[in-house]
Amino acid sequence: MRAQDAAVLLDVRQLTKIYTSGYLKTTRVVGCQGVSFVVKRGEIVTLLGESGSGKTTVANLILRIFRPTAGEILLDGTDIFSYPPRAYYAKVQQVFQDPYAAFNYFYRIDRVLHRALAFKNGRMALTERQARIMEVLDVVGLNASEVLGRYPHQLSGGQLQRLLIARALLIEPDLVVADEPTSMIDASSRAGILNHLFDLRDRGIAILFITHDVGQAAYIADKAVVMHKGKVVEQGPASQVLFSPTHPYVQKLLSDVPKLRERWDFSQELGTNVLLGDSPR
Amino acid sequence: MENPLVIVERLRGYYVGGFGVVHGVDDVSLTIRAGEGVGLVGESGCGKSTLAQLITGVTGPVLHYQGGTVMVDGFNVYAIPEETLRTEVLCKRLAYIPQAAMDSLNPVKRIRDLLRDVVKERTGRRPSNEEVFTTAGEHFESLGLPRRVLNLYPHELSGGMKQRVVVAISTLWNPKILVVDEPTSALDVSSQKLLVKTLMLLRHRGTVKSMLFITHDIPVARQVCETLAVMYAGQLVEVGPVEEVLDSPRHPYTRGLLSSIASYEPHAGRRARLECIPGRPPDMRNPPPGCRFHPRCSLAQPRCAQSEPPEVTLAGKRMLRCWRFSGGG
Repeated sequence: MRAQDAAVLLDVRQLTKIYTSGYLKTTRVVGCQGVSFVVKRGEIVTLLGESGSGKTTVANLILRIFRPTAGEILLDGTDIFSYPPRAYYAKVQQVFQDPYAAFNYFYRIDRVLHRALAFKNGRMALTERQARIMEVLDVVGLNASEVLGRYPHQLSGGQLQRLLIARALLIEPDLVVADEPTSMIDASSRAGILNHLFDLRDRGIAILFITHDVGQAAYIADKAVVMHKGKVVEQGPASQVLFSPTHPYVQKLLSDVPKLRERWDFSQELGTNVLLGDSPR
Repeated sequence: MENPLVIVERLRGYYVGGFGVVHGVDDVSLTIRAGEGVGLVGESGCGKSTLAQLITGVTGPVLHYQGGTVMVDGFNVYAIPEETLRTEVLCKRLAYIPQAAMDSLNPVKRIRDLLRDVVKERTGRRPSNEEVFTTAGEHFESLGLPRRVLNLYPHELSGGMKQRVVVAISTLWNPKILVVDEPTSALDVSSQKLLVKTLMLLRHRGTVKSMLFITHDIPVARQVCETLAVMYAGQLVEVGPVEEVLDSPRHPYTRGLLSSIASYEPHAGRRARLECIPGRPPDMRNPPPGCRFHPRCSLAQPRCAQSEPPEVTLAGKRMLRCWRFSGGG
C-alpha cells in the first residue's frame, strides 16, 4: 500500500461494479467502471450525474451495501471491508434521500436520536443525552419543543431531514454520504438543509454529496466528480469543473441546466423540423 | 396582445372531508391571454395543482368548487352541462396534463392501442392501426418523437420520452390552452430541456396558443413563460412579467423564494450563502388571519395580522397582494 496523505479520508480506486442477474443466461449491467476519486477530511465532494450514471452505485459501495466487482475503497488507508461493521459505521454515516422513509412511524423521533447516541457512546446518563440532543437540534435550527416527543408523520420533510442531519452530528462520523438529500424537500427548505451541510463541514466532517442538480452542486461543493454512464468523465475543484469544464459531456450537461437569468434560444431549431434527440431504450 | 383565453375571477375551491375544510384555492383571479405562457410557482401545498384542477372544471370527490368564475375561450366551465364541458372544452380547447401524467400510460398496452382508445372515447369510432399511424404518427414526428414509438410499450421509453408522449397525446386535438402540472420534476436536465423544447415548438407553431405551466422549479418556468404568478397559501401574491418579477421581486414571499433557490449561473459565479424562508406554509384548514404570509414575513407590521391585503395592480402590469404596496390601506 502506498503512503497515505494524512488529509485523505476516503480513497476510491478503480471501483467497478457489474450487476448480474440470471444463471443460464446472465445479464450484465455496468453500475460503475473504473471510478477513482479521493475525499479529504472536512471537504464537500459532489458526485454529479444524470439518473442512471452510477452515482448511487458508488454511494452504496461506500456504504458497504454490496461489494465491488473490482477495485477498492480505502478509509484512512484501510480497506473498508476489513473494518468491523460497528467501527465502520461510526466513521461513515448516511443522510437519506427520502426522510419520510427513514423513520419508523411507530416510534417517537426521540428514539432515533437516543439510539444514535447509544451507538456511539454506549451507556450514557439521560440528562447528558438530553443535553447533547438539545445541542445538536440547536445546530440544525430545530426548536426542541416542536420536534421532541412527536411522531414522524407530524413533522414536515424539511424537519425530518434536519433530524437526520442532527443524528449524523450525534454520531460524529468522519464522512457523511448524502444521496440526494434535498430531492424530497420543498424548494424553500432546501437552502436550510444545504446550509446545515456546511455546518457539518465546519465541524470537520467530510461530505459526499450526491445530486443531479447542478445548482446545488455549484453552491455546496469544494470538489466535483462528474459521472456519465458509470464512468468519471471529469473531476477537480468545483469552481473549475462546474464553471469552465473541458469534457464535452460536462459542457453539454451544464448548457442544459435552466438558468434564472438567461433564456434558452431555440429560434434556430423551432423553424426547422428537427428530431429532438434521444431514441427509445 | 390578443383577447384573453382564460379568465379566472375570484375563484374558490375547498377540499371538504373528514379532515375538515381545506382552503385549497381562496380568491384567485388570473387572466391568460392568447399567446401567453403563465408560470405558476410556489411551495408544495400552496394550491398550485388545485388551481389547475379547478380551471379544468373537473373537480374530484373531495375538491369542491365554492364560487367565482372560470371562462375558458368563452365557455363558463361551471355554468355549462358536464357533457358540453367534456366534449367541447376539454381536449378541444383546454388540455390538462396532471402531475405524474406519464404514469398514466397503460403498461400493458402499446402507445398506439392506448391512442385508439383515446380517439374512440372522443369520436365514438375506434380507428385502425394504420389510421393512428398516419394521423397521430405525423403529430408525433412533428414533435420530434419517432413514429415507431407508437409500437412500443411504456416501459421501453425513457422518462423524458414518456412525458413527451403524454404531451403529444394531449395536444392531438390542437387545444388552445395547455395546462401542465410539474412536467419536468421527475426528469434529469437533458430530458427537461427536450420537454421544454417540445412545449416551445407547440407554441411556436400555434398548435397551443397559451399555456399554464405549474412548477416549483423557477429556472424552468423562466424558460417557458412570459408571465410569472407566485402562489402562497391558496392565493396569488405576485403576478407580473417574468423578467421583472425575477429581477425586482416585490412581495416578501417572492423574495424569500428567489433567495432560497440554488440556481446555476455560469456567469455570476458561485452563490453567496442562501437564505431560507423560516417556518412552513400554514395549515390551510385554518389559514392565519390577515395576510397569510405574515407569520413568516420579516417585514410584517401590526396591520398585516389584522386584515387581509387587497390585490393591487402597479405600473407594468404587476399585481401584488401585500400591505406595503396598498398605499394608505
